[in-house]
Amino acid sequence: MKLNLALAQIATKLGDVEANLEKHLNYIKEARKQKADLVVFPELSLTGYVVQDLVATVAHRPTEDDPIFKHLLEASQNLDIVVGFVDEDARHRFYIGSTYLSGGRVLHVHHKVYLPTYGLFDEGRFFAWGDSVRSFETRFGRAGLLICEDFWHASPPYLLWLDGADIMLFSSASPGRGLTDREKLESARWVERVSKAYASMFTSFVVHCNRVGYEDGLHFWGGATVNDPNGELLAQGPYFEEALTVVQLDLNQLRRTRARLPLLRDERTNLTMSELQRILQK
Amino acid sequence: MIDLTINTDVARQILTGFIKSELTRVGYSHAVIGLSGGIDSALSFVLAVEALGAENVLAVRLPYESSSADSLEHAQILIDQFHVQSETIEITDIVTPLFARDPQITKQRKGNIMARTRMIVLYDRSEAFKGLVIGTSNKTELLLGYSTLWGDMASAINPLGDLYKAQVRQLSRALGIPSVIVDKPPSADLWAGQTDESELGFTYEQADKLLFLLVDQRYSAQECIEEGFDENFVNAVLTRIRRSQFKRMLPPIAKLSNRTIGYDFLYLRDWGT
Repeated sequence: MKLNLALAQIATKLGDVEANLEKHLNYIKEARKQKADLVVFPELSLTGYVVQDLVATVAHRPTEDDPIFKHLLEASQNLDIVVGFVDEDARHRFYIGSTYLSGGRVLHVHHKVYLPTYGLFDEGRFFAWGDSVRSFETRFGRAGLLICEDFWHASPPYLLWLDGADIMLFSSASPGRGLTDREKLESARWVERVSKAYASMFTSFVVHCNRVGYEDGLHFWGGATVNDPNGELLAQGPYFEEALTVVQLDLNQLRRTRARLPLLRDERTNLTMSELQRILQK
Repeated sequence: MIDLTINTDVARQILTGFIKSELTRVGYSHAVIGLSGGIDSALSFVLAVEALGAENVLAVRLPYESSSADSLEHAQILIDQFHVQSETIEITDIVTPLFARDPQITKQRKGNIMARTRMIVLYDRSEAFKGLVIGTSNKTELLLGYSTLWGDMASAINPLGDLYKAQVRQLSRALGIPSVIVDKPPSADLWAGQTDESELGFTYEQADKLLFLLVDQRYSAQECIEEGFDENFVNAVLTRIRRSQFKRMLPPIAKLSNRTIGYDFLYLRDWGT
């Protein structure tokens, strides 16, 4: 099976959800024109990243009666969509959310489980921590969503892998930092290195969509990537510029790679579990 | 080994993008820059020209009667090289009456008055030209507090504030700024013969390397001394950083209510744009 994937590395307007929705719908239209089956947007793509005290005013719920999501759900009749947003639960806790929409329905919502609150980051001050990492069924097989800091830790991708995800959909709003004499920023090199490592170690497709643009002095570097189950880079978007990168994934590569390299077959989850229990009981 | 070398292509792309984004998102297309003839304002100027187009940048020369002739001339080289609109506004007539009010006035106070007068003129040209003032303070001088609060530190946006002096030089060369500007001894040119390094008591080369370890690499003072830096120099720089922290912040507001500007009223400047 083939999957035509589009990576929409956009810049956003900080706190202007309507304007960002309009941009999403334009990119979705373009992705559709280029025969994409799935389009992935970055972290907090509907709101902008450094939302701080705007959190409560930009929050939405991914339901048909929501004034923003009704348009996205309608658009998902034509192709599947992953968007980033601020999710408000029934008891008014706010999460950094990523949702997979397909056929007019919400297939999955992921709440960011690791909120960086150090250095230039202050997410834990404004958001509630997600508490689950689950894969889910799509028309292309099982997939999983993670958001930025989630995959700076090894355990969430590992859990998705064991929960059946063959396609990992990562989204980021990664501020560029670490300028040296090298061609790439340190932050870009780090994320590219781990994306490739996860694809290789988990013999899975790893998709990463990072935003571009500026918020005050922060810039976001873009450079969306797709790595195949061999850890080979299939496509990469440009750095620093808005772009729609469309690439075809041959999902049969999962079978070919895993026939050669049965890392999933041989993964000793019981060993992991018993050692974890011992470590936690110390 | 302390290596401050940067990839100038990446820096150029990020910084020109920053100027363009931060101006256009708030409805501006023009910029105003005070060109002193020194390297810092030269670099901000060239970045702004590249980001916005030469026709959208106004270069303003703001000489005082004792300013060196070289300063004016070096600013003119850039104006000619990049084909921008320019104005020359002498500040002598503006500052002299204030100097005359106090016979005890020191050169330090005169320097501050000149820096702040230049700010007033630039902000006036900003309104007249409908352009925002682009900052020219680099990371080294900001950390050392070697600048005048509300004077040369004042700007709408600052593309240079995360570049050490050595990196300013490297990027300036890459952007084609003439070596007569890049290689001359840095000076605030507030009085004849003034140079930054003689006033600071150490060289920018030393300061850059030490600041890079202390700030970027999070070395302790003791670790810097173990790396070969003189103990007195390390302590002098640390003291300068601490004592000048006030210059890098807005004045603190005394908290009374449940929601106070600066503490729990938190929005970026780019809010809504």
